[in-house]
Amino acid sequence: MIIADRKPINEILYMIKDCKKILIVGCKGCVTVCNVGGAKEVGILASILKIARKKEGSPIEIDEKTIERQCDNEYVETIKDIVNNYDAILSMACGVGPQFLSEMYPEKRIYPALNTTSIGGALRHGVWSERCAGCGNCVVHYFDGMCPIARCSKSLLNGPCGGSSNGKCEVSKDIDCIWDKIVRKKMQEGRLDDLLVVREAKDWSTARDGGPRTSIREDIAE
Amino acid sequence: MNELKSGSNLEKVLKAGHFAFTGECGPPKGANVEHLKEKIAHLKGVVDSVNITDNQTAVVRMSSWAASTIMLQEGVEPNFQMVCRDRNRLAMMSDILGVYSMGIRNMLCLSGDHQSFGNHPQSKNVYDIDSIQLIALVKKMRDEGKFMNDEEIDTPPKMFIGAAANPFADPAEYRVYRMANKIRAGADFIQTQCIYNMEKFRLFMKKAVDMGLHEKCYILAGVTPMKSVGMARYMASSVPGMDVPESLIKRLQGAEKGKVAEEGIKFALEQIEEFREMEGVAGVHLMAIEWEHRVPEIAERAKMLPRPKI
Repeated sequence: MIIADRKPINEILYMIKDCKKILIVGCKGCVTVCNVGGAKEVGILASILKIARKKEGSPIEIDEKTIERQCDNEYVETIKDIVNNYDAILSMACGVGPQFLSEMYPEKRIYPALNTTSIGGALRHGVWSERCAGCGNCVVHYFDGMCPIARCSKSLLNGPCGGSSNGKCEVSKDIDCIWDKIVRKKMQEGRLDDLLVVREAKDWSTARDGGPRTSIREDIAE
Repeated sequence: MNELKSGSNLEKVLKAGHFAFTGECGPPKGANVEHLKEKIAHLKGVVDSVNITDNQTAVVRMSSWAASTIMLQEGVEPNFQMVCRDRNRLAMMSDILGVYSMGIRNMLCLSGDHQSFGNHPQSKNVYDIDSIQLIALVKKMRDEGKFMNDEEIDTPPKMFIGAAANPFADPAEYRVYRMANKIRAGADFIQTQCIYNMEKFRLFMKKAVDMGLHEKCYILAGVTPMKSVGMARYMASSVPGMDVPESLIKRLQGAEKGKVAEEGIKFALEQIEEFREMEGVAGVHLMAIEWEHRVPEIAERAKMLPRPKI
């Protein structure tokens, strides 16, 4: 799923400082699963913002609405009858949400309430970790199911670098060195030979480096 | 290793079977050419080649290629370092052609410290290719006369290709295989990370010799004399992939007041003496960080002088 964090409250307050009435739109997709942009979090944010504005002496009216997905026009459309009631819309989706909202409601000011961080999964309750960099050409099978592009700080295809220490990355002790895990697994499984090759430079043209990407499924595209 | 690959002094010294001695010099944090020239002057005639670091520890400095050309003008052979952090493959190939056309013949291919260590942690990192792919690229440009995309190069750059090895990083048992991969990719010489844990290094070299790596590539042992107890402690705790045994820290602490640096030099000299005899070690890479003025004395006491002229 797509992982996100909520923006700092002060940043959000600054975005909406001139607004008297806003709509916070949540999303029932990834951000609900990673507990940052679902109906519950929309409610919490609305309360925090209302309290803060009241304290500032400029109360704000906030309505809440959580839709199925903000990355699908079919659902973004479901708020078309109410958007004009607000000075602005605060999207609690990943970076896709505010853009789809802006595209459908170009006359409205749309603000992002979240910072999208990564594509990843839940390690345990409340902890999410990056797994995929969306490079457009998956290579995890070469590395026993571990992606060095997303999980090595230097995206090394021939790792580990000289900064790997006690299983941790040189960047931070909070980051696992994925190359340490790859090497140990290969050695344990007797597949060291897999690593005794020079893996060629990656073709990044399928990644974001090749420009913004569009996927077309010819068989179903309208 | 019959014909010369680059014709650099370092290559000639190694090929002739001499025990090589290389130095290191960091470019200034500015355009202070005079200061750079002073540092270079200390190394002239004392070492076979001098590594010019490339934004080391991710701190911005005068570019390694510019400092390398200044060094060349001063009559000292540079070993131009290039890290993968700051350039994509276009910039790399273009810089390789550039430095070669300026007369540079040695090149050390490195991943580079992550930018989060340096003075611009907000920067975007590149890592278009990694250090092993860079080695393969420089070799392809030299031996096949082709760019990475297989287009022909009009006058290919002939570099003596270096790589780094850290016998002390983890996973320890894999480190010799990683060095083997660098040699497989095309490294002509290896310079190791600073060695303090001699026991670990002996085991590493034994494995390298057992694998025959010393016959495919020249392995230079990295030495950095400790200047103080503080430096030893800092390297032990804060430098990634560094292994400083407690016994060395104790030895430095036991030195008389004002004699810690001398004790550090003594340890380095003992190391160099052992490396001379150690099977598979083709030379020493002395990284006397901001201590260039002490290199002539160290070289003298290590009986490295005079350097061979070929």
